[in-house]
Amino acid sequence: MIYSEKVMDHFANPRNVGEIENADGIGEVGNAKCGDIMKMYIKVDNGIITDVKFKTFGCGAAIATSSIATEMIMGKSIEEALKLTNKAVVEALDGLPPAKLHCSVLAEEAMKAAISDYYKRQGIDPAPFVGEITPHCDGETCGCDVNH
Amino acid sequence: MEKRFVYADNSATTRVSQHALEAALPYFTENYGNASSIYALGMNAARALEKARGQVAAALGAKPNEIFFTSGGSESDNWAIKGCAENGEKKGKKHIITSVFEHHAVLHTCQYLEKHGFEVTYIPVDEKGLINPEDVKNAIRDDTCLVTIIFANNEIGTIQPIAEIGAICREKKVLFHTDAVQAVGNVEIDVSKMNIDLLSLSGHKIHAPKGCGALYIRSGITLPNLIHGGAQERTKRAGTENVPSIVALGVAITDACADIPAKREKVSKMRDRLIDGLLKINETRLNGDREKRLCGNVNVSIRGVEGESLLLNLDLNGICASSGSACTSGSLDPSHVLLSIGLPHEIAHGSLRLSINEETTDEDIDYILEVVPKVVKKLREMSPLWERICKEENITRTI
Repeated sequence: MIYSEKVMDHFANPRNVGEIENADGIGEVGNAKCGDIMKMYIKVDNGIITDVKFKTFGCGAAIATSSIATEMIMGKSIEEALKLTNKAVVEALDGLPPAKLHCSVLAEEAMKAAISDYYKRQGIDPAPFVGEITPHCDGETCGCDVNH
Repeated sequence: MEKRFVYADNSATTRVSQHALEAALPYFTENYGNASSIYALGMNAARALEKARGQVAAALGAKPNEIFFTSGGSESDNWAIKGCAENGEKKGKKHIITSVFEHHAVLHTCQYLEKHGFEVTYIPVDEKGLINPEDVKNAIRDDTCLVTIIFANNEIGTIQPIAEIGAICREKKVLFHTDAVQAVGNVEIDVSKMNIDLLSLSGHKIHAPKGCGALYIRSGITLPNLIHGGAQERTKRAGTENVPSIVALGVAITDACADIPAKREKVSKMRDRLIDGLLKINETRLNGDREKRLCGNVNVSIRGVEGESLLLNLDLNGICASSGSACTSGSLDPSHVLLSIGLPHEIAHGSLRLSINEETTDEDIDYILEVVPKVVKKLREMSPLWERICKEENITRTI
């Protein structure tokens, strides 16, 4: 298995690691049983994501995708951020090994979960904007190919 | 401390020794003859092959005509198991006994045979990674054609009671095969005393090149041919022999088995220091029995961190190691070995295997013990899992 230089760079020097105190939205996806958990914090001002931080338990690809995803939505409007796809994350990292593609899905979902949480805190139903966020894996009945 | 290169993955493969390399080199460019040819160049190669056969036999307490060269451990395992299965089937014996934590070369071969009408009993292991010989005894049936049990586990290094299992199989008149790939050179092996009928070994784990190994087959047992063709390996495994690698294997196995007690004493001292040092990291456990383990094997689980990111960070610091986490196995499941000793998935994901050998130095151990806690600290600081563990269990010490 080979990681691109971009993946290794984001893995070795992850951007925006940490938590945001008084975050406006927090999203967590994945679970320990499957080996990856991503937690994303956002700060929103006038519909613009002014700060993003993440914490990830997971493999090199999981850390790299979280790192680059925070860079890709920093300073963006929520509408723009919601357009971020896992495909774009993979492309920005110059590709991921096939077995690691699910990590990019996790990054997209973590970001969406944080935005959903932001909407909920505003008293707005996130479903029309974010869609249904299916938990990536519940550790029991998910489709993540793990024999739980 | 200055960055250094530390190779601590000798269970994956080893460096070819200078001695083995020098022995092999003339067989590439000088004595390059085909060992089946009649002229002197060929006979030189044939003599070298037979010398190596004698060296491998001597290391196992076997006779030279009981040694068959193969491409390595996986091939030997496949041949032994499928061969015994084919022989058994002819007598209506279609039951095989193995363990839950074999190497995949054994496990997947057994699963293949299950698809072809064989029944396989998988003996469990206890939480220390040891097999109870009584379980093997109780599993043997009239239609059992083979018992195959790993000599020393490749991930957690636990050494199985092979002599006891051998004695049981001999008494019950059932063939006994062992995958001894990790054990050779680390544990004294005597196939006669241990009642081993078939034994697999690999060259590259003991400082010979990759792509060579051997299967010991007790005389009196006739396995079906593995490769049909010429008369090589007494027609059992056709194909022109890999003479240079086989020569290296003969030298390497002789060196590896020359003084096992001395090696064990030296390496296990470093291993124990490594284990003690790693266990100082908060919420870390040793996997596998502390005493009955290979002298170079360390396997720990560090809570709140994931194995692959641990390995990549160690590599950034010059340390080569391995893990049983899902992410390093190519699948999404953590290692079957770690699950077999009862580890929950989330703890198995955080496993780290360091396999050292006689080339490892005390400075290497110091370096590992300095780097690992730093890396663990870095990963735990960014781990939401560790954050949750600390909160739920009132843990205040980060490493």
